[in-house]
Amino acid sequence: MRIVIENRIDAPRVIVVLVPIASVAMALVFGGILMSIVGADPIETYAAMAEGAFGSPEQWKVGQYYSITETLVKAIPLMLTGLAVGVAFRMLFWNIGAEGQLVLGGVSASAVALWMGDLIPGIPDSAWVYLPMMAIAGIIAGGIWAVVPALLKAYLKVNEIITTLMLNYVAILWYQYLFNVAWKDPAGYGFPGSAKFGECCKIARISGRLHWGLAVAFISALIMWIILDKTKWGYQIRLIGENVSAARYAGINIGKNIVGVMLLSGGLAGLAGMVEVAGISHSLQEGLNVGYGFTAIIISWLARLNPWGIVLVANMFAAILVGGDQIQMTMGLPGSVAHVLQGAMLFCVLGGEFFQRYRLTVKR
Amino acid sequence: MDFALIASIVSIALAAGTSLVYATVGEILTERAGILNLGVEGIMIMGAVTGFAAAFHTESVFWGVIVAMLVGAMMASIHAFVTITLLADQVVSGLAMTLLGTGLASFLGQRLGTDGAPLVGQIGPRFERMAVPVLSELGSIGDSVFNRDILTYLMYILVPIVWVFIYKLRAGLVLRSVGENPQASDAMGVDVFRVRYAYTIVGGMLVGLGGAHLSLSYTPGWTENITGGRGWIAVALVIFATWDPIRSVAGALLFGGVNAIQFRLQAAGTTIPASLLNMLPYILTIVVLVIVTWFESLSKRVGAPAALGIPYVREERV
Repeated sequence: MRIVIENRIDAPRVIVVLVPIASVAMALVFGGILMSIVGADPIETYAAMAEGAFGSPEQWKVGQYYSITETLVKAIPLMLTGLAVGVAFRMLFWNIGAEGQLVLGGVSASAVALWMGDLIPGIPDSAWVYLPMMAIAGIIAGGIWAVVPALLKAYLKVNEIITTLMLNYVAILWYQYLFNVAWKDPAGYGFPGSAKFGECCKIARISGRLHWGLAVAFISALIMWIILDKTKWGYQIRLIGENVSAARYAGINIGKNIVGVMLLSGGLAGLAGMVEVAGISHSLQEGLNVGYGFTAIIISWLARLNPWGIVLVANMFAAILVGGDQIQMTMGLPGSVAHVLQGAMLFCVLGGEFFQRYRLTVKR
Repeated sequence: MDFALIASIVSIALAAGTSLVYATVGEILTERAGILNLGVEGIMIMGAVTGFAAAFHTESVFWGVIVAMLVGAMMASIHAFVTITLLADQVVSGLAMTLLGTGLASFLGQRLGTDGAPLVGQIGPRFERMAVPVLSELGSIGDSVFNRDILTYLMYILVPIVWVFIYKLRAGLVLRSVGENPQASDAMGVDVFRVRYAYTIVGGMLVGLGGAHLSLSYTPGWTENITGGRGWIAVALVIFATWDPIRSVAGALLFGGVNAIQFRLQAAGTTIPASLLNMLPYILTIVVLVIVTWFESLSKRVGAPAALGIPYVREERV
């Protein structure tokens, strides 16, 4: 008697639904065990995380939606970076550099906000001028940072995982140098950080800290959905990811596609950086490199690289992150439990995919 | 050039490079078996935090090393299970390992001190220098190479052993064949799954040991982000070393030497800001990788094991 692994041609609906749910449940169990080890009640902790992320009925009754808006605030960069790495992963280009691309997007958007007025005298002090310019600067910076590994991969076959990753460190060190030293606000009482942006460089708020960057994220998801699922380019990207040699025989220029996709990918991550500085910090300061670009990897893979799936999972992960911050504040538990949960979820989903792709049968 | 300067550069390069050698040699063994483990950074940082915690509580660096290696083995076996048995994508599984490892290490670092206190800022035992008689007295160079701690000496011994193992022993031939052509190895009666599991786990142990070197010797103690991308540099060094353990030492010393230059410049009161100097190793990694890849494409010699990253499926599938 032996167990034989067989390919599934079509996974049953039950499996398709059950596997992700079971994976998330397993990750929660793993997190629960970890919490028990360090002496915290898992149920209580998860409840505190949920309350931290969504608030409680008592809060909702008095019109307090602070928790929900904070979750959405975190979801904005996660959606954008998730979309960014998602499009690259579709063609199996491993862009691990969204973190650095985001940071540089924030840096160059800040440069526009701080100095465009000085460089171009007479430019109107209007958000309609400044915000688009900041967005373009962010997209270009992120795109350039992503296109370096793309060119190296496309024309010299240099491993993109390592180049995108190493460029993260370079970008983060550069950004830290800028807000700590070069762009430090002389009027900032010695605190690190650039001068505050003018009013015309701030994205308007919806409620609490929640800003209209949310709309930017949703529109980006819509555009990515159209590109990936409705255009010839999207089809080419998918074909390259599924079978590079078939794509080459079909006459698709792989190198050009790598460069194009990475411009798009880095641009989206750069846009996330711009949205962060213009929507939240209103200056270049600490807090851009908090790991959005890495969490995005998990998000896009869990969402099976589907743009709307990425939107959904990014919001879920934002809730986990905000919940993690909450238990750090109220229960003194390390907030990194959120990252542990996310990593564990990715593992469980990876393992679960096996049961989706293959069927185990016992043969005599 | 005077010997004292060379000796001081060698000294710093060795101190900074030893953990890289362990991690690189570990990853070489894993990749030689055809398994790409991109979880090096995560396993290394877990080795660092658990190794330090164990040494802190037992007051013995020995137990620190043992625990770090066991944790490395455990994490690598998860990667092995997911990629070898469950046939998942090795790139994604490795990335997941790195993300899980860094998250878990940060979590544990805040909890593994005495009575659940954070480990940050705690002072624990560390490896002490032990001069090798005679050799360490051979001038300043002898002193910088042979007046070090046990982990460094272990590295001197490990590298040639692994080299002989890979290239001269039958078991090494089996290892290489599994990475180059698992189908043929299987037909020859080699248990491909067992070999891949074994070397993934052994590789994880060495990576964990590299992490322990960081927290018990190079920068004693636990600090968040103690690895600072060294795990990823190790992954790049594997390519640089063309999967050869001896060459990995050259690569690791090159990177260690960059640290030496940083120290020198800072000591000399350079006006270049520290954060820009700190970019050097990362930029160097990219430059080295580009040069190596370019040379390899010129010589048409493929350095990577042919089956690297490809899951091996034995049973016929419908």
